[in-house]
Amino acid sequence: MSWLDHRTGIETAIRSFLYEEIPASSGWRHVFGSMAVFLFMVQSFTGALLAFNYAPTPGDAYNSLRYILTEVTGGHLIRGLHHWGASMMIVVVVLHMTQVFLYGAYKKPREATWMVGVVLLLLTMAYGLTGYLLPWDNRAYWGTVVSTRIATGIPLLGPYLSRLLGGDNEVGVVTFARFYGLHVLLLPPATALLMASHIYLVRKHGVAPAPGDEVRAKKKFYPEQVFRDTVAIFIAFAILFVMAVVVRVPLERLADPTDATYVPRPEWYFLFLFQTLKFFDGPLEVVGSVVLPGLAVLALILVPFVDRGKVMRVTRRTVAIGVVSLAALGWTGLTVAARMTTPKADETTDVDFGAPTDWMQLSPQELAGVGYFRKEHCDSCHGVVEDKPGIGPDLANGNIRKSAAWMIAHFKRPASMVPGTSMPAIQLSDSQLNALAAFLLKLTPRNAAALGNAPDFAVEAALLFQANNCGSCHVANGVGMPIGPPLSGLARRRTRTWVVQHFANPQALSPGSIMPPYRFSSQQMDHLVAYLFILPE
Amino acid sequence: MGPRRDAYSKDMHTAEDCAAPSVTRRRFHIGFIYGLWSVIAAALGVPAALYLLLPPKLRKMPNWVTAGDVSKLQTGDPVEMIFRQNRVDGWKILSEKSTAWVVKLSDSQVVAFGPQCTHLGCAYHWDENRSQFLCPCHNSIFAIDGTVVSGPAPRPLDRYDTKLEGGKLLLGPLQESKGQA
Repeated sequence: MSWLDHRTGIETAIRSFLYEEIPASSGWRHVFGSMAVFLFMVQSFTGALLAFNYAPTPGDAYNSLRYILTEVTGGHLIRGLHHWGASMMIVVVVLHMTQVFLYGAYKKPREATWMVGVVLLLLTMAYGLTGYLLPWDNRAYWGTVVSTRIATGIPLLGPYLSRLLGGDNEVGVVTFARFYGLHVLLLPPATALLMASHIYLVRKHGVAPAPGDEVRAKKKFYPEQVFRDTVAIFIAFAILFVMAVVVRVPLERLADPTDATYVPRPEWYFLFLFQTLKFFDGPLEVVGSVVLPGLAVLALILVPFVDRGKVMRVTRRTVAIGVVSLAALGWTGLTVAARMTTPKADETTDVDFGAPTDWMQLSPQELAGVGYFRKEHCDSCHGVVEDKPGIGPDLANGNIRKSAAWMIAHFKRPASMVPGTSMPAIQLSDSQLNALAAFLLKLTPRNAAALGNAPDFAVEAALLFQANNCGSCHVANGVGMPIGPPLSGLARRRTRTWVVQHFANPQALSPGSIMPPYRFSSQQMDHLVAYLFILPE
Repeated sequence: MGPRRDAYSKDMHTAEDCAAPSVTRRRFHIGFIYGLWSVIAAALGVPAALYLLLPPKLRKMPNWVTAGDVSKLQTGDPVEMIFRQNRVDGWKILSEKSTAWVVKLSDSQVVAFGPQCTHLGCAYHWDENRSQFLCPCHNSIFAIDGTVVSGPAPRPLDRYDTKLEGGKLLLGPLQESKGQA
């Protein structure tokens, strides 16, 4: 007995935990519980890290998350782990339940263990629901509008629930505070407490034996089963880590309660509920939103009391297998159906707000310059990002800064300004060369990457903007002639449809306007309107 | 050694018979447990440490701020100038009121001191009678060029980077002064 153990009993406790006897049949199918505990710890850890750089109020929440993603080292990874960890936790918890269900491990005397487990499943889903709002982007906002409306629709309880969630049909600052409070203050200790009682109950009753275990010698939990748990946890973690690094976690534009065109969709694991809701119209809606899910939860909780048979051998449990297969089939069907009916978002006009968006501050002329820079493949000789040196000088380097006039003369006849250069002349018109020079004047080592990631649609739109001389009547990002209305902040004033129709026939919508009609291909129109709508105010 | 053989040996032999392979197996398991958990701990711990300890990327170059018109300033007569300055604070850009004590040394040379005493950060002022900067907190006294005359101040007044454009004084970041020789 060591000094520490004599005083705290900690070694004895760990020893008795690790050398717990488990049935001889224990094996790989028992790893899911430990995986769920591990994922909960990952979520707690990454969640706390995110909270260190996060301001839990609408607006600031979005800005601070962008700060985490674009400025804090490793912020992308930590957020990715938290985001995908949530999805993985749902998967693992469901697999854990399925295993317990198939093997009838909820039977007497383990009914309470099962019921606590069902509550833990609901808590896991509650994290998903409340965490969804916290980025405060359009997706978060509109998704939560729908989920709170559903809660409001519950008969009798609806109004109270709605008030509890912080608003009468409104998602605002109070709802945000409630969701945040639930997500970080109430749910974690509740989960920890229930997880502890769940594990206590598993230990109290022992791992459920399979038929045949009664005649075989018991095993110890450590090291063989701990090894299996560790391997499973490691595989899950490796997948999670790779997803966090590789798969882009969406961050859309700041939540816009006036955006009437947004089509909200819940997280993938709630899609089946979303689809179920569609089968019920009008007054029956409550059946899909509350009654059916409520009955399903009730049925889950009552499973140990419905199935009291003695059969434990998994291959003989045909009803259980049937139920699991049906549930899997139903879930898959509903999820696929929901996916199919999701209108295909035009990803070409998506802006990733998880990356720097300095390019949005450029004037249309400067952004068109980015277009010419790309079209002329300037970057094949001129590095603009430090780690990509080229044959020609680094154009972001402030020490070689030249005037626009110098650059344009150089573009037309390179050797006239830099004798002996191997740079070919650029075959562009004067106004195009002007745009190119304007962009290069804005370029610094600090913003090179942030300007270089301007999406193609915006660059195309800026080229169109330049080609049609929109700037001779409209101000955009502070540049242009104020003859017509300014274009910055257009998204706040007009709808997409209005802008499209206005291009075709300005006088029909703005009588007396001197703007000539414009014809664009549908793709050009998409790009142009999407670009005009992201111009900052 | 595969699991099948292991189960067989357990069932059919006494403990001594399979002692040797089971010890290897046990060591293998324990080795893996420690190894994999170390990898997981490192994969979470290292990014977390970088996340918390490395400074965030700076968003903006320090801008030059116009403090005011200095063409009418008298040489050797310090003036407190108040200006607004943008400061990046985490995810926010704050517009703050800042002050500088501006001294015209000659027509082409203007110095701007940070408004805080280098001792404990109190606001000092220009004492016209004595023609010295006086800090009321602990009686630090600075000469017109910012050097310490007396008192507990450990180093001269901090200076802003300055630039003259026309008659306008532009201020850059505040530079901490070196200790007094």
